Amino acid sequence: MVRIGVLALQGGFEAHARVYAALGVNVVEVRRVVQLRDIDGLVLPGGESTTLLKLMEDEPWFEALSDFHADGKALFATCAGAILLAREVLDSGQRALGLLDASIRRNAFGRQIDSFEADLALDGEREPLRAVFIRAPRFTATGPDVEVLARLDDEPVLVLQDNILAATFHPELTADPRIHCRFLDLAAGLERPVAERATGVAAG
Amino acid sequence: MTDPETIQRIKDAVSIPVMAKCRIGHFAEAQILETLGIDYIDESEVLTPADEAYHIDKHAFKVPFVCGCRDLGEALRRIGEGAAMLRTKGEAGTGNIVEAVRHMRSVQTGIRRLTTLGDEELMSEAKELGAPYDLICLVAREGKLPVPNFAAGGIATPADASLMMQLGAEAVFVGSGIFKSEKPERMARAIVRAATHYEDFETLAEISRGLGSAMPGIETSQLDESELLQTRGW
Repeated sequence: MVRIGVLALQGGFEAHARVYAALGVNVVEVRRVVQLRDIDGLVLPGGESTTLLKLMEDEPWFEALSDFHADGKALFATCAGAILLAREVLDSGQRALGLLDASIRRNAFGRQIDSFEADLALDGEREPLRAVFIRAPRFTATGPDVEVLARLDDEPVLVLQDNILAATFHPELTADPRIHCRFLDLAAGLERPVAERATGVAAG
Repeated sequence: MTDPETIQRIKDAVSIPVMAKCRIGHFAEAQILETLGIDYIDESEVLTPADEAYHIDKHAFKVPFVCGCRDLGEALRRIGEGAAMLRTKGEAGTGNIVEAVRHMRSVQTGIRRLTTLGDEELMSEAKELGAPYDLICLVAREGKLPVPNFAAGGIATPADASLMMQLGAEAVFVGSGIFKSEKPERMARAIVRAATHYEDFETLAEISRGLGSAMPGIETSQLDESELLQTRGW
């Protein structure tokens, strides 16, 4: 059975854990690097990215998460989590893992009061997805290996690259578990990376 | 309410969300704070109340509010008015955790009690608690509040933060516990880490080392009733 971890240093980890618990999935809150050994997929929840970065200084999280990704394990980032994974964080210049080939801008829709909800068309699905954007970031550029799964006004808001699924919104705050289910498939190895699907061979 | 100039300077200095206090019932202060683009408003008993009967109708605002509570009835009244978050009132500025513990336990006990009641008992319970019936039914069904509940009012050490988190708080608010401690920066860092690793006792032992003295605690039972902040709010 797939084992999912939710990074629980800071932010909205509980709602993600609740979604997976409701789906009957084996889910743990991850606060220590050593816990990464026992999971197949890790959720990087929303929260406050600079606070998260400070809490990550206590242990070699950057190295551990890069190794986790290199081992073929899956990462699911929402909101601040997506900022953490990006190649480049515009304006703030803060540190990021660089595992997702995308540039991102923090709080790009404004402050708390500018938070909003919207219906998104999901690639290949009839039912729209209700999406909650809270102090949300914006992807300003994405690389060639990044597949856009959903857009808001032509801008990517849900993307897939290799074993990484990233959303600028909060799928854990609505009753619709489709995105969380999709990540389960990714973590279980049921979903092949884009490059691999296109060429039919394992991506390097 | 803080001077808008100070609020602006704080907003410009940090990229994290900024919360500001307004007086209980003072909806004009809240309107001004919302216009200033503050991220959250704390309708706080720490400031002298502006209205002796009513809290702010928080549904009329887009900015989320946090309110203090001492028990389940007060918690549900505030949610009924539109509070998006709750916190224990505790007793602010004392560095004494006992009131926050009392308030957190009272809310939790109230929730557990609701889940044991039959449907026919819920209306009387709503009357007893002075809380909206629909919220009573919701909590009885779900076994938890529909909004996050934080701990505030008296947290002064990493151990206090761990205690409140283990009692069910989703986060802790700390003010004077940091600023009146011997080494504020170190204490702030330690309390933040304690809120993350609140069940990891080895880590808690490590981060509790060498912090200097916490703020001097004030025995709340020695305070005159009129000096208490927690009794403000209705």
